[in-house]
Amino acid sequence: MSLLQTVELRKRFGATRACEGLNFSVERGEFLSLVGSNGAGKTTLVNLITAHVRPDSGRILFEDRDITGFSVTARIKAGIARSFQIVNLFDAMSVFDNIALSVFVRDGKTAKIAALADADIDVRRETRELLAEFGLAAKSDLPAGELAQGERKLLDVAVAYALRPKLLLLDEPTSGVSSAEKAQIMDTVSAVVRAGAVTAVVIEHDMDVVFRYSDRILMMHEGAFLADGPPEAIRANEAVTSILLGLPPV
Amino acid sequence: MSILIIQLLNSLFYASVLFLIAAGLSLIFGVMRIVNLAHGSLFGVGAYVAAWLVGRAVNFGVPPIWLLLLIPVAASAVAVLGMIIEPLLLRPFYRRAEEYQLLVTFGLLLILEDLVRLVWGGLPLSADTVMDSMPIVHIGGLLYPGYNIFVIGVGVVAALALWFGIYRTKFGVLLRATSQDRRMASALGLDVGRVYIAAFAIGCFLAGLGGAIVVPSHSAVLGMGVEALVLAFVVVVVGGLGSLKGALVGALIVSLVRTAGIQFFPEVELAVLYLIAALVLIARPTGLFGTA
Amino acid sequence: MKAEAIALPRLPARLWPWAAIALGLLLLILVPGIVGTYQTQLLTYGLVMAIAALGFNLLLGYTGLLSFGHSAYFGVGAYTVAFLLQYFGIRSMELYILLGVPVAALVSAILGYVCVRHTRIFFGILTLALSQVLWSLALKFFWVTGGSDGLRVSRPTLLAGTLEFTGSGSFQRFIFSYYYYVLAVFVIAAAVMWVIVHSPFGKALQAIRDNETRARFVGLRVRRFRWAAFLLSGTFTGLAGILWVPLNGLTTPDILYWPFSGEIVFLTLLGGFRNFTGPIVGGIVFTYIKTYAVATTEYWQLLLGAVLVILVLALPTGIVGGLAQLAKRLRAT
Repeated sequence: MSLLQTVELRKRFGATRACEGLNFSVERGEFLSLVGSNGAGKTTLVNLITAHVRPDSGRILFEDRDITGFSVTARIKAGIARSFQIVNLFDAMSVFDNIALSVFVRDGKTAKIAALADADIDVRRETRELLAEFGLAAKSDLPAGELAQGERKLLDVAVAYALRPKLLLLDEPTSGVSSAEKAQIMDTVSAVVRAGAVTAVVIEHDMDVVFRYSDRILMMHEGAFLADGPPEAIRANEAVTSILLGLPPV
Repeated sequence: MSILIIQLLNSLFYASVLFLIAAGLSLIFGVMRIVNLAHGSLFGVGAYVAAWLVGRAVNFGVPPIWLLLLIPVAASAVAVLGMIIEPLLLRPFYRRAEEYQLLVTFGLLLILEDLVRLVWGGLPLSADTVMDSMPIVHIGGLLYPGYNIFVIGVGVVAALALWFGIYRTKFGVLLRATSQDRRMASALGLDVGRVYIAAFAIGCFLAGLGGAIVVPSHSAVLGMGVEALVLAFVVVVVGGLGSLKGALVGALIVSLVRTAGIQFFPEVELAVLYLIAALVLIARPTGLFGTA
Repeated sequence: MKAEAIALPRLPARLWPWAAIALGLLLLILVPGIVGTYQTQLLTYGLVMAIAALGFNLLLGYTGLLSFGHSAYFGVGAYTVAFLLQYFGIRSMELYILLGVPVAALVSAILGYVCVRHTRIFFGILTLALSQVLWSLALKFFWVTGGSDGLRVSRPTLLAGTLEFTGSGSFQRFIFSYYYYVLAVFVIAAAVMWVIVHSPFGKALQAIRDNETRARFVGLRVRRFRWAAFLLSGTFTGLAGILWVPLNGLTTPDILYWPFSGEIVFLTLLGGFRNFTGPIVGGIVFTYIKTYAVATTEYWQLLLGAVLVILVLALPTGIVGGLAQLAKRLRAT
């Protein structure tokens, strides 16, 4: 049983075909990169999977359950979480609190109004562990808004990861940072993800990153899938890559 | 039948005044994205200035028909006030959070309300001599002040002038460009600062004009601005913030409801108006013609 | 040149706020013994407004929603007390609170349900419009509400009827006792609010304030939390109204009129809305500023308006925020 499956997923925005009859599946434990030029439909696909956007037609199956009608909250409960291309954090809250919140939500503790958040030992412990895993322990008490961009991207991923999802969707986790930082971020992210046996779908533009970390690469173009396979196969498909991404022929 | 016509005319009279206030509020919001809580107080200032000018002129023995010229003068005075307010109090807040803008205009409201009291005292100021500038009209067997019909005319002319100014002139293009995308307009070389001050001045002129034309019929009293603001809000909520058409339609609707309300259920007339605003906000937050 | 003017006790940084609170509380307890009846009364008003501001700031500072209609809940609290006296002959302060708070909560729940469907400016206008509905009802249905004259409220009995205030010297005794009564309620209310904002629920509210989208994608039901915050906020402000009216002796539609909502916003900002104690400071300080403004000049609105403008221009983080920044700078030198 695949973890995630889409069946004839379609979405148009006016005249723009963001997703045209997409059929694909993601297997447990895969580290899948979603690539393609801007406007290919990658973010729309992620938005459809996370219920940010409703499909015009088609179905989405998660663990063989039809979740097409599920709300954002229901999908998160089912085990799908996402990060954002433009960093979306709780800037005035501390790094610690950013992650702790996900833990609180996941454990269903956010209705607790008569207890102090800082008194919850379990949540604090888990938050500290996550901070350590993501290398953010030193900045734990800083407001999220004061972090450097690379750290913010990491925190963005961590906030989603803290929900302990089965499927983690990351939208350009390395955009806007220097190449050195890109490697650092992806090292951390892929290490954490693989250690936690979490399935990951990552939208990424940097092909170096894509080839280095992915089990499988899925290329989109104008709303449809163009290529699907392990890095070696995609790399061999040099015609595709060089035409679409302007790379010199391999 | 004649009573019905008179009720209708009263509605249109009230709608004219409301339209002027609401159009000013909407224009300022549309272009500058500011909700000016002091807008009603500017309306009040217009009323007081007009009444005061009329009082002076009457002392000089000016015949009523000439008093009408004082109306645009009073409105212009408010516009000038606006041109002082904008750079001093509003400009420092464009880049800041919305909450601060609301607060600074609320502070301005407090200042203006007392400034009016400081200058003109606590007693109502009337300008009913202006009513004599227009002949009494016969409707059916009943008498009706021609001045009220003049006010309706002013409302119509203002609506047309605004429409023309916004949609048919070069300046209107600048206004619309700035309201749609301020950064883009600025990047294209538009002096956004000048557009802002002009838009604010026009908005103030409209508020002042509303005050000036209403004061012959209803004396200027303290607190009229505070009351007017909430009604203006109801109008723009119903019609849509930022829309000229919305201000017009909203003013008509609010006016008709108010007239019907006063006639048939006076206790809840005010409550009904605010409830309508609330209902519109619930059902269609952007109003009938608004842009979010 | 560093000046070692005062030898401050060596306390770990964490304990400073608690020491300050303890000191503040001690001062508050001692006040009636030190100052006269008038000042005590004034401070009581200040504490009442502090409670109102605490409630209001749950919505603004912690949830990010600016309400311009909080006069509604204050007024509901006040008028409920007046009705309980007028139509049911109830004179017990405890009953006022026990019966009035649920009424305020109910009204907040209903109006809040409607209002939280919107955000930002539309939320603000909606809260204003709905509070105006209540104002107009209080004004027009004069045979129930006393209209613009309002309803009188005589001195209630405190502590389940054991304390009554009639006869000679009763005004001073009432003010003295009522001050401690309000102080006690204030301390409880502040403690409750403190727990609320530091609870997981409070963290969820702050997250929604900071980033609504992310909050939703972490799994928070944004609208539900906002509604809950609105309910709590209105209830606290309603409690303030309940405490206010026996002190004032009279309730009129003025406290439902929208400029009073503006005052609540003003005083919260005066103290600072980005921290917990700001609204408390703002509520108390504003009461003093307004009282002295009214006593000093006929044109106190002008004065207050000028203060507000200067405040927003020069000290946007309010008094407490400004002091915090000053403290930071002093520690750095």
